[in-house]
Amino acid sequence: MILSFVEHAGGSPEEPSLEALTLARELATATDAPLEVVAFGTEASALGDTLRAYGVETVHRVADDRLDTYAPEAWAESVAQLLDATDPEAVVAPGTDRGQEVLAHVGAKCDLPMAANCLDVELSEVYELSRQRWGGSLVEHARLDSDTKLLTAAPHEFSPETAVEAADTSVQPFEPTLDESAFRVSVDRVEESDESGVSLGEARVVVGGGRGIGGPEDYDKLETLADSLSGTVGASRAAVNEGWRPHDDQIGQTGTKISPDLYVACGISGAVQHMVGCKGADNILAVNTDPEAAIMQKADYAVVGDLHEVVPELNNALADER
Amino acid sequence: MDTVACIKRVPDTGAKLTLTDDEQHIDTSHLGFTISPHEECAIEEAIQVADDHDGTATVLSLGPADAEEQLRTGLAMTADEATLLETDGKEWRPRETAAALADALSGDSGTDPEFDLCLFGNESADVANHQVGVRVAERLDLPFVAGVTGLTIDDGTVVVERDVTGGTEVYELDLPAAVGVKEGLNQPRYASMRAKMQARKQSIERQDPVASEFEGRIEKVRLEAPESTEGAAEVLGEGPDAVPAVVDLLRDDLEVI
Repeated sequence: MILSFVEHAGGSPEEPSLEALTLARELATATDAPLEVVAFGTEASALGDTLRAYGVETVHRVADDRLDTYAPEAWAESVAQLLDATDPEAVVAPGTDRGQEVLAHVGAKCDLPMAANCLDVELSEVYELSRQRWGGSLVEHARLDSDTKLLTAAPHEFSPETAVEAADTSVQPFEPTLDESAFRVSVDRVEESDESGVSLGEARVVVGGGRGIGGPEDYDKLETLADSLSGTVGASRAAVNEGWRPHDDQIGQTGTKISPDLYVACGISGAVQHMVGCKGADNILAVNTDPEAAIMQKADYAVVGDLHEVVPELNNALADER
Repeated sequence: MDTVACIKRVPDTGAKLTLTDDEQHIDTSHLGFTISPHEECAIEEAIQVADDHDGTATVLSLGPADAEEQLRTGLAMTADEATLLETDGKEWRPRETAAALADALSGDSGTDPEFDLCLFGNESADVANHQVGVRVAERLDLPFVAGVTGLTIDDGTVVVERDVTGGTEVYELDLPAAVGVKEGLNQPRYASMRAKMQARKQSIERQDPVASEFEGRIEKVRLEAPESTEGAAEVLGEGPDAVPAVVDLLRDDLEVI
């Protein structure tokens, strides 16, 4: 049996979980094994309706009211007990904060190795897998040899695909035995963000500024450009480290990963750590004084020139277009 | 209140990653080394918390003898002590690393941790296994939260924040505790030249870590730099003269205006 950990909002599965489920089904199909799911919260009972299409035979709904709130150790202890009860060949979780955290706890509790952010798995006696290093700019080929294989699926690397044949999904309650101590870490409260506007990760157009911007005030030009393209402004790590923009605006390995239709990279050299953050962009337009800059090899379109001249001129031209 | 920041020496990469001929490592012959970005924030936070609560901040690393350089960076940032669990330079797997760190952190008694707060980077910049902090916390029976971007000490507890879509999750952990932090938690300080000079004279405690044996394993076969689809960009022009071509592109090809 292949077990997949599914995160959901009110019984509707999250996108990264459907991606992980797609990897899990590949494994299940290749070994002719049943595909099962573990999910938390009372509303997980509604998951069956969606997950039938993905070929899930059984949803193990962990039945304990205390688990409606996220509690990493209690969730992991429940999964560990489900492993004892069902002995799956592999557990696949999404490569999200919760997916990585829960599965790492499971690894520690069951003394199993874990492979994070997997891209592909080939089955032989062991799992021959590939996984992301350096935020995705390097691939590690590795062998995973263990009784139960613990994997997380790299986000945005799998397209959720439904199964050829829908399954007759049954939702079964699973009742773990949990001490109160397993709940010592749990979400106390959630504070809603009061920020309005398009978030960087979801924007269709992003205008990014790097060290070449020269100072915080010069981002005004980029704001104007972003506004006329209904987009939002981002920054490189160099610019954030200079204190020109808040970390929330950072694009890259240790910031936000963007996937817009268009990324306009202004005064950005194109370091590996930045490029892994914008490789999801459909089109990259670079504005840079240096025709030899790495970004010129990685962009689709380029203007060789000083952004302080090019961007204002472009803003004027776009104002005339309206 | 005593704090520990666990850090890792990693290559300071630039515009391109090149592999060694045997495809086992990044070719570092022309590269410097640095601390994973998340861990720079771990050091900064460890120092601030120790300063504000009359304690000692320690930087701890498992790595080759050269990792002394990164520990000295931590000392120059004004951490009080540094410990190196010195390896022969081979890549340690997450479970081995976590076991060795937990041994070092559990102190002489072997049970009670000798710190109040232990900070990890959420994941290392290079290998990014996303699990060492969790495994150490499980071994030491400490509460742990990953992905931390806000942290406040409050009367025997630590209140931590984690960004989620549309908001922030807040957790309250009893001390001692461990956390995995992300860049953005704080703005790590630059060490002054004077502090760097002083850090060169400070002593670093060295220990020989034990590589524990575990059943089941993940083993690296080789690394691969993915084929990029890159070719030179289509140059639309030079300077402001390129603007009409850019407008045409935005309107006709990309349809964003």
